[in-house]
Amino acid sequence: MTAPASSAPPPAAGSGSRPDAGDAPLRPLDSGDPFDRDVLPTPPGATSALLRSLLAPLKARVAVTTLLLLFQQAAVQAGPLLVAYAIDSAVPAIRRDDHGPLIAVAVGYLLCALLSGGLQFAFIEAAARVNQDVLLDLRGRIFRHAQALSVDFHERYTSGRLISRSTTDVESLRELLSEGLQELVTVILSFVYISALLLWLDLGLGAVAVASFGPLYLLVRLYQRRAGRVFQLRSTAIAAVIVKFVETMNGIRPVRAFRREAVNDAEFGVLNRRHERTNGDALLEMARYVVGSRLVANTAVAVIVLWGAYRVASGSLALGVLAAAVLYLRRLYDPIDRLGMFLNSYQSAAASLEKIAGLLAQTPSVPEPGTPRRLPARATADRPGREVVFDGVRFAYRTGGEVLPRFDLTLPAGQTVAVVGSTGAGKSTLAKLLARFYDPSDGRVLLDGVDLRELSAPELRRGVVMVTQEAFLFSGTVAENIAIGRPEATREEIERAAKAIGAHEFIDALPDGYDTDVRKRGGRISAGQRQLVGFARALLADPAVLILDEATSSLDVPGERAVQRAMSTVLRGRTAVVIAHRLSTVEIADRVLVMEHGRIVEDGGPGELIAGTGRFADLHRAWRDSLA
Amino acid sequence: MPTTRATTEDRPDRSAVRTLLRLWPFVRPVRVRLFTAAFVAVVASCLSLVIPLVLKWMVDGPVADRDPAGVWLGALYLLLLGIAEAGLFGLRRWLVARPLSHVEAELRAELYGHLQRLPVAFHDRWASGQLLSRGTTDLMLLRMFLAFPLTFLLVNGVTILVGMAIMVSQDWLLGLIVLGPAVPLMWTCLVFERRYAHVARLAQDQVGDLTTVVEESVLGIRIIKGFGRHRSQARAFRELSGTLRGTELRKARLLASIWAVIVTLPEAAIGAALVLGAVRVADGQLSAGTLVAFLSTALALRWPVDSIGFLLAMTQEAATATERYFEVRDAHVEEPGAAGGPVRKPGPADGGLRFHGVRFRYPDAPPGSPPTLDDIDLHIRPGESMALVGATGSGKTTLTALVPRLHEVTAGRITLDGHDITALSRAELRTQVAVAFEEPTLFSVSVGENVLMGGDGNAGRADLERALSVAQAEFAHTLPQGTDTQVGEQGLSLSGGQRQRIALARAVVGRPRFLVLDDPLSALDVHTEAAVEAALRRVLADTTALIVAHRPSTVLLADRVALLSQGRIAAVGTHHELLRTNPEYAHLMSGEQPGDERAGEPRAAGAPAGEVEDAR
Repeated sequence: MTAPASSAPPPAAGSGSRPDAGDAPLRPLDSGDPFDRDVLPTPPGATSALLRSLLAPLKARVAVTTLLLLFQQAAVQAGPLLVAYAIDSAVPAIRRDDHGPLIAVAVGYLLCALLSGGLQFAFIEAAARVNQDVLLDLRGRIFRHAQALSVDFHERYTSGRLISRSTTDVESLRELLSEGLQELVTVILSFVYISALLLWLDLGLGAVAVASFGPLYLLVRLYQRRAGRVFQLRSTAIAAVIVKFVETMNGIRPVRAFRREAVNDAEFGVLNRRHERTNGDALLEMARYVVGSRLVANTAVAVIVLWGAYRVASGSLALGVLAAAVLYLRRLYDPIDRLGMFLNSYQSAAASLEKIAGLLAQTPSVPEPGTPRRLPARATADRPGREVVFDGVRFAYRTGGEVLPRFDLTLPAGQTVAVVGSTGAGKSTLAKLLARFYDPSDGRVLLDGVDLRELSAPELRRGVVMVTQEAFLFSGTVAENIAIGRPEATREEIERAAKAIGAHEFIDALPDGYDTDVRKRGGRISAGQRQLVGFARALLADPAVLILDEATSSLDVPGERAVQRAMSTVLRGRTAVVIAHRLSTVEIADRVLVMEHGRIVEDGGPGELIAGTGRFADLHRAWRDSLA
Repeated sequence: MPTTRATTEDRPDRSAVRTLLRLWPFVRPVRVRLFTAAFVAVVASCLSLVIPLVLKWMVDGPVADRDPAGVWLGALYLLLLGIAEAGLFGLRRWLVARPLSHVEAELRAELYGHLQRLPVAFHDRWASGQLLSRGTTDLMLLRMFLAFPLTFLLVNGVTILVGMAIMVSQDWLLGLIVLGPAVPLMWTCLVFERRYAHVARLAQDQVGDLTTVVEESVLGIRIIKGFGRHRSQARAFRELSGTLRGTELRKARLLASIWAVIVTLPEAAIGAALVLGAVRVADGQLSAGTLVAFLSTALALRWPVDSIGFLLAMTQEAATATERYFEVRDAHVEEPGAAGGPVRKPGPADGGLRFHGVRFRYPDAPPGSPPTLDDIDLHIRPGESMALVGATGSGKTTLTALVPRLHEVTAGRITLDGHDITALSRAELRTQVAVAFEEPTLFSVSVGENVLMGGDGNAGRADLERALSVAQAEFAHTLPQGTDTQVGEQGLSLSGGQRQRIALARAVVGRPRFLVLDDPLSALDVHTEAAVEAALRRVLADTTALIVAHRPSTVLLADRVALLSQGRIAAVGTHHELLRTNPEYAHLMSGEQPGDERAGEPRAAGAPAGEVEDAR
């Protein structure tokens, strides 16, 4: 059933059915936002341009690989020709005691066998190199591009999609390249060779074989159309199964606590049965195709044999030619079963490539400067802070919706500023503008007089570091996680930072201390402890300006105090912006900004605001009462 | 997406057959169709071996005799055989298409139902990606195994034997020459498959590692950008993808060598047979038709021979998949719990929620380590609310998980109104006890359904409104479709504070007798927190509640406070009592060191705005 030249292990009947986990979070919300429907605008021609740019540097090797395949197929398809020669020429020659032709057959056949094997080896190797280089290039591009895109893109594109772009979508391309494409080319090439050889052997017999391609082509098209639809339904069905599965397992606590098991069983059953049905449909579609193509092929064989044998009987055709034709026919029709499947994998890879091209077509909204400027040298060593100026800054999302109306704000070097206000007041946006996660729609953010947009990334991060609420830990040890703040830091420096922030005790109590792998069992690290690691990271980074965005939300009061103490000593003289909904944080601030609906409504020293009659004074009074 | 490496340790090498036999209960219902399909495939395969014999008959008979009528007959035979073969191929696929999809679905549904009922401790150990890959990829492998290798190992075995018999019976010498490479070829394929599987697994692991870097780079994007670390991430990515490329090339080289062997050896054997055959035809010892039939049969046998190695490899893979499946499936589910156990008349002193000498240690805790919770005696009287306060890592969350039996106590017992919770069925217990977790998870249904699932099924519109207003979650009405808006994984994403309020509404909607809240207000801003607290106070007036609290504001919701210190209850009393008498508590609430005079005194007054001018 397998073509001798195929390079992949024989695929199973009804394979091509790996669950398509991509885009698991299908958004049922029908909104006009392209992000919601996972269709980023792909500029026309971007997909083929991407493909061209991936293959361009490999042109020479693609050509060599193609040549290898051409020769390999020639060697493979020469066999039956030698059979014809043996029967029609060598046998009569032997009878004349001329062993020349027989020796020629022997040598020729051995040569063909060795050549087709050797070339097969060379071809698979060469093709793998091309494929792997394309994939390496593509993976790297997606990764670098995703990293270059701004935080606001990441917030809207969702991590799941980005991950499935660089995993499932690349994987479907890999499958096409390493299994589908070369097999498809091989099949097409053998079609061409065999048809040509048959036509050359005998025009009539060849013509019958070529004529059978017509119905075969129609069958393949029909299958492709019908199966394409079924496959799409099936991949939607399995995606729904996966989403339900993951949601249940990730939310196992509430599932149990709210006795959802039976309801879930029923819901999962519905999704599972839908997948079962489409899966069966796909397999049946394949069965129909197999029956159809076999019927056409076997009928063609019968017709060719009938006509050929008839002519051999009447003496107008050599027996060897008929034998060769029969052998060729077997080779010709063997791989058609799988032709339909290749076309499907091609379709899914094309869809994946288009999604990837759409992602790569996004331009980073926070680009690196062409000619970066340097920050001026710090005035004195004990005053490491820098002045921050928001100069006529306004911010609105690109899709509309103003978040921060135009404002001016100056934070003197070394000042600790607390920003308070309710959810959605614009506190985080202010912080993200300062960290250059976003660029302002109008105006400039200046660090010691230099526009943030003119700083290179490393220079910017020596200037401003932001610690956020979600304290994500990367796989690796605790020490490595802290060292993200400054990769060249020594173990002593790492431990000093952890001690300063009050994280040393819990880290020390972990099974392997600082060398505990955070992803391994036994490394139960609570949300509060993760935040402490995040702080140690920031301490180690030693920036001029530190932004804390609700970075203490999961800490208990003593933890928060330890952080504050560390900040008031270790970070003395640095400029700091602290966003918190806990008023205790405000205690270490020199100045408080109260924000509401994107505007700064109160601004002053904490004492001054507490003594006043504004919102902050009310809040603070309530908080004090709770401590009394 | 599987990110963590499989937790499978190297197990004793159990035989693949024994492992696969465990699938029998699932296959049993479709056995008739499966066996019929295998039989059909054997017949179809043998039919294709008859075709060369018809060819031989034609060449040696009518063609040699110049009998056109005989040719017609032969072609008719060929056509009939061809139609039969196509029909049987189709029949085989038709027979198994639906049943095997059904087996796969059954296996998946079983797994899902089972996983839902496994203890929470099990889920703590297993990443959901690992479970998912068992529920998808592994099951697909099993379906493919049932559809393909299982049948074709039999079919190809029979085909090879029949083919050999045909060839040897026609001419034993030629037969031996053509079949000569078969045994070494099968052996080579098998050896190759072992090696290939090893490299393939390596590649799979490396893809997993690469995926981890990708995932972390996306999930930790704010940290990477916040510290400007994208270069080092990119370096890690480049190294890993370079390694992967190397492994993939190794894989390709292995594949290339085996294909070189598969192509060369049989071809050489056929060449030898052709030469020898030609000599014998010339000598008149062999008919031309036999030679044609021979070569044709040899060609027909190539796939069955070549494929044995691959089929065995797929079988091995399927065995591994089965093992992975049952690894999870064999884990023991929680007993539903005895309903209506020994009912003891609860005395008034037994009312409320009571912990009696409770000890707890995580099942995977290293031996010898102290238990997470020890010697917990705590009595929350009916209608009373108790705050649970303790330093980070003191075991507060663990304690709350014991009440709805998300974890099982290691020793001691917990009673609700005098009834041991292990005497209640889990369903009953969880109806009585409502919970809100610190990490609020919403499901992919509407906001309204998310809230109402906290009730007992009788909760209606009015209860929904009441719960939303208690949790200050009226924002739900302003969502695009109001309370019918889809949320969760597949719907609108809500902020942490919004999700926390919905989760709180879910906990209170059923007016539970017992309420367990784990730091339920941590993501709320001060204004909202104050409003929620005011509303909660009314709810808590007649509910027995255990509330984990970090902040004085939350503590004030409760009538009394229990201080948890290193897994033990260190003190119980009112907030103000403990503030005065317990230094550790005062420290936790105010953050000042014990004995510090200025406990709770903001330093703010000492930092006048005037300093701003100085700094310039």
